[in-house]
Amino acid sequence: MIRIECPWCGPRSEAEFTCGGQSHIVRPADPAAVSDREWAQYLYQRDNPKGLHYERWRHTFGCRQWFNVARDTVTHEIRAVYRMTDLKPAPGGEGV
Amino acid sequence: MEKYSGFNLLKHALTGHRRWPRSWRSPEPKPRYDVVIIGGGGHGLATAYYLAKEQGITNVAVLEKGWLGGGNTGRNTAVSRSNYFYPESTRFFEHSLKRFETMGRDLNYNIMFSQVGLLNLAFSRHELEIFRRWATAIQVQGVDCQVMSRDEIAAAVPLLNMSPHARYRVYGGFMQRRGGISRHDAVAWAYARAADNLGVDIIQNCEVTGLEVGDGRIRGVKTSRGAIRTDKVGMAVAGHSTAVAAMAGIKLPIVSQCLQAMVSEPVKPCFDHVVMSPMVHCYVSQSDRGELVIGGGADTHPSYGQRGNLPTTEAVLNAVVEMYPTFSRLKLMRQWGGIVDIAPDSSPIVSKTPVTGFYISTGWGTGGYKAIPAGGETLAHTIAHDRPHPLVEPFSLDRFAQGRLVDEGAAAGVAH
Ligand SMILES: Cc1cc2nc3c(=O)[nH]c(=O)nc-3n(C[C@H](O)[C@H](O)[C@H](O)COP(=O)(O)OP(=O)(O)OC[C@H]3O[C@@H](n4cnc5c(N)ncnc54)[C@H](O)[C@@H]3O)c2cc1C
Ligand SMILES: [Zn+2]
Repeated sequence: MIRIECPWCGPRSEAEFTCGGQSHIVRPADPAAVSDREWAQYLYQRDNPKGLHYERWRHTFGCRQWFNVARDTVTHEIRAVYRMTDLKPAPGGEGV
Repeated sequence: MEKYSGFNLLKHALTGHRRWPRSWRSPEPKPRYDVVIIGGGGHGLATAYYLAKEQGITNVAVLEKGWLGGGNTGRNTAVSRSNYFYPESTRFFEHSLKRFETMGRDLNYNIMFSQVGLLNLAFSRHELEIFRRWATAIQVQGVDCQVMSRDEIAAAVPLLNMSPHARYRVYGGFMQRRGGISRHDAVAWAYARAADNLGVDIIQNCEVTGLEVGDGRIRGVKTSRGAIRTDKVGMAVAGHSTAVAAMAGIKLPIVSQCLQAMVSEPVKPCFDHVVMSPMVHCYVSQSDRGELVIGGGADTHPSYGQRGNLPTTEAVLNAVVEMYPTFSRLKLMRQWGGIVDIAPDSSPIVSKTPVTGFYISTGWGTGGYKAIPAGGETLAHTIAHDRPHPLVEPFSLDRFAQGRLVDEGAAAGVAH
């Protein structure tokens, strides 16, 4: 069981949340201008690291807000929680 | 290789079964192989076997970082079936199921394949309608599949809660009679023994730590037991696919998640089929030892923690006791997890890659055990001819850029 610190509601159990997968994926600015390969990369390719993963979570059974989490995919330890509009914290940096 | 037979069983009984030869050698890695397979799970071992048996390539090594079948092949719930929705999938998985039906004889190894039948349950009128469409799709592809009424299901699964007030009220279902369960370790060992007998080197405790790529082609592999030169590498490492493909500079459309399973204490035979449903993530069968084998959906976040998280365990067990109230009295004996490799369309990727001589078998996700024979056979063909086997042409890596997904995740629900 993971305990997640919702930025709005405080610490709650994993069961209240939904994981939305990798965060910070940038949609190509002009979809018509990119190749099929680049578009497929945007749609389907994922970092899937063994270790620190930057991902989106939603507090589905609470405030229903989306936010970001930096989490270790091996230990499941949460290293940082930050808002959707915040920059990705550097690995090894403050709180990560 | 000494044949396993009734006669030899009696012969060895005379010496107390102490003189059986080893099933495979434990060779030192050679400096060079024609083909190196990474991963000694079912897929890697089957690939090596078919390379030697059908493609005539015997200078092959299988490199396994742990022990044979210690990955998902030895952790899964051993369900085989071929009731998919799309023809691409059905063709492939039906071929694999046929291989399962003859594997005992083909490999001279008892894999304990019991075709107990695989029952899918529908829990609403609308789901039943979709089931009819799905069952028809299976039947027109020439695969056995039979729609069952509520009464027929009540008779087939007496322990199922058939109350009209049940949390999961059963509306009907369909059965693939040829589906079943087998002994997963035996499948890995059968391919290992047969491959070794044809000259394949199976090297355990040998982790691949790097791939040598030059001018866009594979030159060799770096391992915890030294460097090995080779022109062709096949990758069959399940949940570790992202990490190993990255060694060749290739990014994959794969997310690794944990899938759990558990078994109860053993009880007398009480459960004849494999019973599952696409809506409620819980499926049950009974092993030859009497344990109830229980599985469900994958944990809901990316993970390499090979153990499983409690909320999923709880959800699966909740469903089990709702559907089979008597099972609430049973003690749970073991629970475990394996890291599965899930593609966006829940279909496999058996493919060439942008690096010449580097071939991948991944995306098996929660359902690649049943695919071991066909997966090995087609990857071996793809490696030997540098051209995809016809059965896996639809499952190439470039399908994502070409927009030809085989979306079984949406069409056929859970994929065990
Ligand atoms: C709980 C659970 C239940 C399942 N139930 C079913 C089911 O009922 N039916 C079904 O069809 N499928 C099922 N599956 C899926 C199935 O188990 C897998 O798809 C299948 O076993 C994959 O086989 P594989 O040979 O590709 O992988 P594995 O058996 O995992 O083998 C991969 C091997 O690669 C090795 N490896 C990894 N990295 C390296 C490296 N760098 N160097 C060397 N070796 C390396 C690993 O140690 C491992 O032994 C289930 C899976 C799980 C976890
Ligand atoms: Zn909240």
